[in-house]
Amino acid sequence: MLKIAVVLIILPVWTSFTPLDHHEHHARRLQLKTIPLILVSIVLGPMGNVLLGKGMKEVGQVQLHGVGDLLPVAFRVFSVPTLWLGIACLLGFFLVHMLLLTWADYSYVQPATALAYATVAVLSYVLLGEMVSPLRWAGIALICFGVLVVGRTAPNTTTAPKTTVAP
Amino acid sequence: MLEYVLFFFIVVAGTGGELCLSRAMKSMGEIHDFRPMSLLRFVGQAIRLPWLWVGISLMALGFFSLLAILSFLEVSFVVPVSALSYAAGAFGAKFFLGERITRHRWMGIAIVTLGVTLVWLSRR
Repeated sequence: MLKIAVVLIILPVWTSFTPLDHHEHHARRLQLKTIPLILVSIVLGPMGNVLLGKGMKEVGQVQLHGVGDLLPVAFRVFSVPTLWLGIACLLGFFLVHMLLLTWADYSYVQPATALAYATVAVLSYVLLGEMVSPLRWAGIALICFGVLVVGRTAPNTTTAPKTTVAP
Repeated sequence: MLEYVLFFFIVVAGTGGELCLSRAMKSMGEIHDFRPMSLLRFVGQAIRLPWLWVGISLMALGFFSLLAILSFLEVSFVVPVSALSYAAGAFGAKFFLGERITRHRWMGIAIVTLGVTLVWLSRR
C-alpha cells in the first residue's frame, strides 16, 4: 500500500518535470520557483480539505428540520476553529495557484491537481486515521492518471483552432 | 439518500458556478493593465455582471454541501468522488461555453470516472 502511495506521488511529479522544448534555459530557471510553489499547493489544498473534514466531524451530523434551523446551524459550524484553519488553507491554496498561473502554463500547473488526490488520501490516513483500502487506492491512482491525461491537452480550443501550443 | 443529493450539489452546483464565473470573466476580456486603479475599475465592472452572482451563489451552495457531507463521510472518500466535476465540467464547457472537447480529453475524463467508480465501491 505504501508502495502505491510512493508511485502516486513520484509519477505526476516526474511527468510534470519533463522540460519544455522552447527556451529551455529560461524554463529551467522558472522551475526553481515553480516547483516549490507546486509542492506547497498540493499540500495546502488537501490539508484544507482534511481540516474541513476534521472540523465538521467535531460539529457532528447536522439535523435540519426547516429553514429556521439554518442560522443556528451555520453559527455552530462556523464557531469551530479547525474549520477556519481549513478555510485559511484553501484560501492560501487558491492564492498560490493564482500566483503560479501568472507565469506558468495552465497545462504545466494542472497536473499538480492530480497529485492533490493522492495527498488527500495520505493526509486523511495520517491525520484523521481513515482506513484507505487497496480498492480506494486503486481508484485514486486512476483518478490521478485521468487528471494527468486531461491536463496534457491544449488549454484553449475556442479562439486558436490552428495551433496546439500553449501561449 | 442524503449523500446523493449532497454529491449532486458538490459536483453540479460547484462546476456550474465555475462555468458561470468563466462566462462572466470571458465577457470582460483579458486583463492587460495591472495598475491598482484599473484593477479596481475592472472589479467594479465585474460585480455588475449577473452571471458572476449566479456563479458565486452556485459555488457557495457547492461549498456548503461539501461541509455537510464531510460531517458524516470520510475525507478520503468524498474528495476523490468529487473528481466527477471533471466530467461535469467537460459537459458544461461543451454545451454552455461552446468549447470543443478533444478525444484525448474525453479519454482522461473516462479514466477519472472509472477511478471514481472504484472509490465508490470502496465505501463502507
